[in-house]
Amino acid sequence: MENQNKTTFSRRNFIKTSALASGGILIGFNFITACKETATPPVDVANLDFKDFNAFIKIAENGYVTIFSPNPEIGQGVKTSMPMIIAEELDVPWEHVTVAQGALDNKNFTRQVAGGSQSIRFGWDALRQTGATARQMLVNAAAAKWGIDAKDCKVSNGMIDNGSGETFHYGDVVNEAALLEVPENVTLKDPKDYKIIGKDAINVDIDKIITGEPLFGLDYKEDGMLIASVLRPPAFGQKLGNFDDAKARSVSGVKDVVKFGDKIAVLATNTWAAMKGKKALEAEWMADGKMENTEDHDNELNKLLDSNKLDLRREDGDVKKAFAEADKVLTRTYESPFLPHNCMEPMNFYANVTADKIHLVGPIQTPAGTAKRIVDLIERNEEDIHLEMTRMGGGFGRRLYGDFALEAAEISNMAKKPVQVVFSREDDMAAGIYRPAIKYRISASVKDGEVTGYHLKEAAINSNMYGLIPNFFPAGAIQNYKVETGSYNSNITTGAWRAPYTNFLAFAEQSFFDELAELLEVDAVKLRLNLLKNVQHGADDRIQYSAERMTDTIKLAAEKSNWGKTKSGVYQGFAAYYSHNTHVAEVVDVVMKNGKPTVDKVTVAVDCGIVVNPTGAKNQVEGGVIDGIGHAMYGNFSFEKGKPKDTNFNTYRLIRMKETPIVETYFVDNKLSPTGLGEPGLPPAGGALANAIKAATNQRLYNQPFDNYLNPINTELKT
Amino acid sequence: MASFNLKINGKSRSVNADEDTPLLWVLRDELNLVGTKFGCGIGQCGACTVHVDGVATRSCLLPASRLTDSEITTIEGLATKELHPVQEAWKTLDVPQCGYCQAGQIMTATSFLKQNPAPNNDEIRNAMHGNLCRCASYNRIEKAVALAAKKLS
Ligand code: FES
Ligand code: FES
Repeated sequence: MENQNKTTFSRRNFIKTSALASGGILIGFNFITACKETATPPVDVANLDFKDFNAFIKIAENGYVTIFSPNPEIGQGVKTSMPMIIAEELDVPWEHVTVAQGALDNKNFTRQVAGGSQSIRFGWDALRQTGATARQMLVNAAAAKWGIDAKDCKVSNGMIDNGSGETFHYGDVVNEAALLEVPENVTLKDPKDYKIIGKDAINVDIDKIITGEPLFGLDYKEDGMLIASVLRPPAFGQKLGNFDDAKARSVSGVKDVVKFGDKIAVLATNTWAAMKGKKALEAEWMADGKMENTEDHDNELNKLLDSNKLDLRREDGDVKKAFAEADKVLTRTYESPFLPHNCMEPMNFYANVTADKIHLVGPIQTPAGTAKRIVDLIERNEEDIHLEMTRMGGGFGRRLYGDFALEAAEISNMAKKPVQVVFSREDDMAAGIYRPAIKYRISASVKDGEVTGYHLKEAAINSNMYGLIPNFFPAGAIQNYKVETGSYNSNITTGAWRAPYTNFLAFAEQSFFDELAELLEVDAVKLRLNLLKNVQHGADDRIQYSAERMTDTIKLAAEKSNWGKTKSGVYQGFAAYYSHNTHVAEVVDVVMKNGKPTVDKVTVAVDCGIVVNPTGAKNQVEGGVIDGIGHAMYGNFSFEKGKPKDTNFNTYRLIRMKETPIVETYFVDNKLSPTGLGEPGLPPAGGALANAIKAATNQRLYNQPFDNYLNPINTELKT
Repeated sequence: MASFNLKINGKSRSVNADEDTPLLWVLRDELNLVGTKFGCGIGQCGACTVHVDGVATRSCLLPASRLTDSEITTIEGLATKELHPVQEAWKTLDVPQCGYCQAGQIMTATSFLKQNPAPNNDEIRNAMHGNLCRCASYNRIEKAVALAAKKLS
């Protein structure tokens, strides 16, 4: 995927300009239409109207630029990096750019989604095109004023030069530019000329964050708004029976109590009263299906792994034969529990449902789908919806699910009041949509010192792996290869969790390869490099990782971490993984402190193509790696009779400062189109850590969280 | 319902709230100072950290009505004309990811640096251990506290 200087879609389809009454130009573009490879006009092109756009650039008469970023910010930095790409092609100094969250109206909210580390990947061409088109319009306007050919003009930092010593600022020509046709065939910059892309740009919301200005969903307020604290069935497999709300209603500040479905909302003038009112509710819960224990899940998943009732996801060659002819067969089983997301900002949403409008405000990764579900639920029209997205205090996949917004809309609709639903931490951790519990059983056959066969079985609650994932490494690298999956359907709800589908798969496979290397008596890095040599480029289009890029990434990690050459007392573990279109390799350094293993450092090599914003990119990688280590070590979530055992941070453990290693990040230097970073740093971390602990203590870890399984002597990580 | 006065960010503010209402909710719901964040409500995450008489304190468990004689500082009151050196350090190192925990982190760090103006790394890690960051921006928090210490000295 070489970086292209020209792209194919027509700008007419997604860009429109307008003169502003106040002076200056407004350029609207349809972000998502533009991002599709075959861009089709969203509506009749001739009648395009600004309502069809969801992202805007405003250039004022003083040359200053405001970019309305279309994508919601969950902490992956797109609110900074996406405007950087526009500003680069527009060729304005970054200091002259202001970024605002794109305002949404009832036609245009439908196109935003944050998740899967895809924003940058899909936006790259469209954002560059938009910036370049705007630049060309300004140049055309200047050339017309001078009466020269636009080709004879040069542009730099918001200034247009006619080659004979005369210049215009962008501001000098915006009003003329606003009257011109949108040009076709604009030229994009050569990456070597980039002035903004590739330079550190600090988070555009930094001042607001560090001074405590309102930004997040929970910070949103409206006059007359009531806070809703919702009592939900405490266990999966329960429904609401009789209840008595008399005590709740007598709590001062409580205004109303609303039953909806199997839930009861207490509405109050402030959060404390709403929470107290909820505690004062007396409810009976009745069985409504199975109330499962973690032991039940364990048994069911083991049964699946032992059964022949799995679905085939990919098969190459003849695995059975390879195993029958093997010198040795290695089989291992890996286990992980459910995981809650625990976004630092608990789930919340504001809704005001009135006769003519549905006003919704809050942190959501999927405004479109959620709005659709809301109008279906309360039987209204999509035209009535006005949805505003706020900054999100973390997402990790949880805010893809609009359950909290649906609750807000339903309660507001019943109570006829503006309402903000606020989850307590306990509500948040018990409300479901967890990363499912998963087990893997992996077997490999070895003959004459080579890996000849590979067989992976997945057993997951409510299924996990899908799509192209069975084609990730080592697919294509081992001749006889088979992936099968099985699912146990539980009433405990599950969903996407940071680096979905691979966050635990990577640990299992990368631990397995470490053990395989041991068995083959070959260096762990060498084994990966050898296997990658077997991959034939382009032989199978389901295989999307690149053996070349992965090889370079692994080599960079090995070099920067001094793999195999560390000073005595440092024990290393290695893992490499491709996910979300990005190749990552990690080396964890463990040292023994007082006879116990401690994670000291993680060296990370990343190939994500062009790095748009290095400081933001590194922040994502550091966070992903530490998150991966934290959940592998401590993430422990189990059920008793359908009820989660832990619902707050006193007993549910997240990684904290003293347990964190220093993360050193290195990017593979290339000029390929950028790919995402919010997720791919995470999957390899657990495997690299387990492999380092093995090197240090000789104990192999197969189950997460490691903290539950480390031998007593290996307890330093418990702090 | 009780009426009382609180001294917040150098100003006297009159409050009407139930006596048991934690300072966190008085700040957020009654006084519209929403920079102080709700994370757990049980004193485990540090998102709600403010200064009570200069000392970093969790506001989610502390009834506001007991604080009538105290000086309370929130994230909104930390900067005077200019950013506080800790805020400066946070900006220089581009610490936040989602940003939600950062007000609490900054309040913990400023109070810690007042008590220990020249900390070593272990002391920084100890001091910041009580503040969760779900985005795991811990490396930068650690560096920013060290940088702020340098700026302050
Ligand atoms: S909200 Fe106070 S410590 Fe978590
Ligand atoms: S920056 Fe997101 S929780 Fe700390």
